[in-house]
Amino acid sequence: MSKEKIAICEDLADIMPPEYHELVESATFGNQDRGWKDIGSSKELIEQHSLCAGCPESIAFRYILASLPAPENTVFVGSTGCTSLVFPHVAVQNIHSLFGNQNAIASGLKRALKCRFPDIEKDVVVLAGDGATVDIGLDMTMQSWFRQEKFTTICFDNELYANTGGQESGLMQKGFVAKMAPKGKNFEKVRLAEIARESGCAYVAVLTVSKPNRVEQAIKNAVLVAREVGPTFVQLYTPCILEIGKQSMEGLDEMKDAESIGGRFVQKEYITDEAQKLLDSIKEETKARKKAAKEAKKSVNA
Amino acid sequence: MNKSVELKNKRIIASQHVKLGQKNRKGQTYTDVNDIFYKAESTPSFLTGSEVIKEAIRRASVGSMVAYPITPQSEAAALIGELFAEDYLDEYFRGESEFAVMGQCAGAAFGGHRVYTTTAGPGTLRAMENFPMWAGSRLPIQVCVTCRGINSPLSIQPDTMEMHYLLETGMLVWHAETAQDLFDYTLKGFIVAEQPDVHVPIAICCDGFFVTHTKDTVNMTPEDLCLTPYDPYKAPVPCLDMETAPIRMMRDPFVMKSNYINYSTHASWQQEIKAAIERSRKHTVPLLDGLIDEENTDREVLVVTSGTAVSQSREAIRLLEQEGIKVGLVKIKTIRPFPFEEIKRATKNAKHIFVPEFNVGGWLAREIKSTIQNNERVYVGPHVAGGMTMPSEVIALEIKNHLKASGQ
Repeated sequence: MSKEKIAICEDLADIMPPEYHELVESATFGNQDRGWKDIGSSKELIEQHSLCAGCPESIAFRYILASLPAPENTVFVGSTGCTSLVFPHVAVQNIHSLFGNQNAIASGLKRALKCRFPDIEKDVVVLAGDGATVDIGLDMTMQSWFRQEKFTTICFDNELYANTGGQESGLMQKGFVAKMAPKGKNFEKVRLAEIARESGCAYVAVLTVSKPNRVEQAIKNAVLVAREVGPTFVQLYTPCILEIGKQSMEGLDEMKDAESIGGRFVQKEYITDEAQKLLDSIKEETKARKKAAKEAKKSVNA
Repeated sequence: MNKSVELKNKRIIASQHVKLGQKNRKGQTYTDVNDIFYKAESTPSFLTGSEVIKEAIRRASVGSMVAYPITPQSEAAALIGELFAEDYLDEYFRGESEFAVMGQCAGAAFGGHRVYTTTAGPGTLRAMENFPMWAGSRLPIQVCVTCRGINSPLSIQPDTMEMHYLLETGMLVWHAETAQDLFDYTLKGFIVAEQPDVHVPIAICCDGFFVTHTKDTVNMTPEDLCLTPYDPYKAPVPCLDMETAPIRMMRDPFVMKSNYINYSTHASWQQEIKAAIERSRKHTVPLLDGLIDEENTDREVLVVTSGTAVSQSREAIRLLEQEGIKVGLVKIKTIRPFPFEEIKRATKNAKHIFVPEFNVGGWLAREIKSTIQNNERVYVGPHVAGGMTMPSEVIALEIKNHLKASGQ
């Protein structure tokens, strides 16, 4: 899609909602240096959300949407859960089909788009909760990695089934007392990042969403590596403050605790040599491009 | 419903965004479906049903096919893989289960491809959650269902019970009697399902083994003519390829509770899917020459059925004729849309209506009973179950016994 495609026909301009006008005027479609710093100074691709007040998923959504390298050519695949309440508010095409089949949908979609648009990079990004990714959908999650499907899988890990009211999930910590685990969960948190690495993901990142620059980098790395090398996986801790008994202002502290030394979400990455090489070259190119732009600006000013 | 429309000589319009007469990468010529079926010369070939599926797909300009092994469709699914190796399809791979396969098909259809897959029996049931999703998402995917038993203990034998589960999924459901039907329905099914005012998935059902694994003479359209490709921009919903504006869809997601708009949206969408199935009639009637075929329906005794039960009944009718018992026949070609009016009309004069079925439940007889006046005329059977064959002698005997018992 080019930016022209979201332009408004003049005759209809007066009946289009103001948020759409803003999208046309100041969204960052097509800006290759877009990132979390645009939040506040340009139109975000998420209009509003229907999550609980203070839910870390809402900020995760904002950072991810601000960080996508090319939202004008990105299609999201979601799954059932809290995230499916947010997608209708997002100005990027997205598919909700069933619960747990998101990586199957993304496999067919990515391949069809590759055939139909051989000269345009159409990014496919899966965004689903931990129940969808690990429990009901683990087969399809892993099989897409085995098959080396070239798209990014993002898991919003809140360590339980949030939307249905706080039931035990595979990514829940051992011992946590929850619905359907009345005596406490009796097995360890599934090591999904390691499963992803062993299943063939070229880039794996685990982090919280407490620091926007880290989220931006992980999302960009994941999408860019998925284009060239193979499947990528990003696991983000987005605690369900409601179900773990916290207040709406305590989400950030919860994430900071979880990522501090000895915590469950100390930031980690697994990157294959091929992916690292690609990321290094992209870093070099970006640096050179920015330097050239700066010098061009200088010479104009002089 | 069923307002009569003049359909004689109606030309079915297939997508024309690719110019007719243009050649594809295999040298096949994109041809109007009417010209393929009514003008081009067909040549007879002696093939199994599975081979017939391959030959239909060769001519169908399919984008993606996702395959998974389950008897009795494995052979057809693998043969289409050979077509992919020969570059007739853009994409083909093996999925990990029928649930996943139908999701992969959905993804490819969301992305704008013409999509084909095959399944059978327990696979159809494992895939089931996807079918209403396909319909609700308006994905005109074609699935060939080669019917087999679904129960425990394990059976791989023919049985049409799985078709009953498909009836209210929002899909078109057609039932092929022969390999010839299978060839024709496969190609014509894409055209009907992809009409912008239809645009729902289609299940082309056939009886496993009886059709898939036996050889039959099939008149095939020329190999160098193919359907025009699917046009993803002639659809009631946007293609999800980010080539159209990504509008924010709604302020409150439909799933939110206690919201009247939610209920009314869902109710009207479900009704729209049903209406889309009904709208398929006007494209289907000219292409299939009606939703039913009739033979001697002025007779007092009729057999009304679908699939290979039709072939067996035709022979039973010949046997009965030798004994002086005259029986007419109605072959039902489309189960969804169900030919209510056609069956009402065809059975108007019948005193006894027999519905032979290859399943223990007798779902087709129930459908017919709910359609016609004086439905005590419907005799629910004969059935066979467990994958048995249904010899014509059995049908003839059961008809004779019932007529005798009712004093005729």
